[in-house]
Amino acid sequence: MTLLYFAWVRQKIGKSDEVLALPASVTTVETLMAHLKRQDAGYADAFADPARLRVAVNRRHCGFDTAIGDEDEVAIFPPVTGG
Amino acid sequence: MKTKIKIQTEDFDVGAELDALIAGTDAGAVASFTGHVRKEGDLTALKLEHYPHMTENEIARLIGEAEKRWPLLAVTVMHRVGSLSPGDRIVLVAVAASHRGVAFEACEFLIDFLKTHAPFWKEEARGAERHWVSARTSDDEAMARWRK
Repeated sequence: MTLLYFAWVRQKIGKSDEVLALPASVTTVETLMAHLKRQDAGYADAFADPARLRVAVNRRHCGFDTAIGDEDEVAIFPPVTGG
Repeated sequence: MKTKIKIQTEDFDVGAELDALIAGTDAGAVASFTGHVRKEGDLTALKLEHYPHMTENEIARLIGEAEKRWPLLAVTVMHRVGSLSPGDRIVLVAVAASHRGVAFEACEFLIDFLKTHAPFWKEEARGAERHWVSARTSDDEAMARWRK
C-alpha cells in the first residue's frame, strides 16, 4: 500500500510517503492508523487526534471507516487550507 | 465546456487568462475571483504545499459539480504552490457564462468548494517562526450554504 502524508502530518512522521506491506488486521483507514501508531512515536504523535485529520483513498476524500487494500493509495493530512 | 486547471509555482497574468477563458465562446459574462497573500503584521512568507494529481482531480470534480448546477461556457482555475510573499496572487477562479447571475454564483461556489476540498496546505513564516495555518470554520460555513 502506498501511504502519503502532508503538512504537519508529514513533519511529525518524518517522511512524505512510503510503501508498506500491511498485516491482515489492517482493513480500513482506522485500523491502518491504529497499526502505525503502535510502530513509532512519530505516527502516535501525528495521529493522536483524529478530529484534526482528513483522509483520501485513491485521491478522493473519504471517511476513516473506508475499506482499503494493498493496491490503494492512502493519504493522511490536516484539513485543507488552500485558496 | 472549456476548462483549464493549472497548479504552478509561477505567477499568472489575470488579464491574459480572462481573454483566453472567453476565446472561442459566446460568453456574455465573466466573473472572477483572485486571492492574494494577505499583508498582515509580521507575516514574512507563505509556503503552499499540495497533493499532486488529487488537486487537479478534485478541482475537476468541483467544476463538474458546478456544471450540473449552472449552464457554464468556460472555467479556469489556477493555483500557485511553493514560496509566496505578502501581496502575491495565490488563486484565480474565473467563470464564463451567457449571463452575469450564473457567472457570479458559479465563481463563488467554486472558490468556496476549492477552499474546503482542494488539497492545499499553507505554512506561514513570521520571522524565524513557522506554523501551519488552521482551517477556518467560516470556510466550512461558506461551503455548507451551497448544500441547502
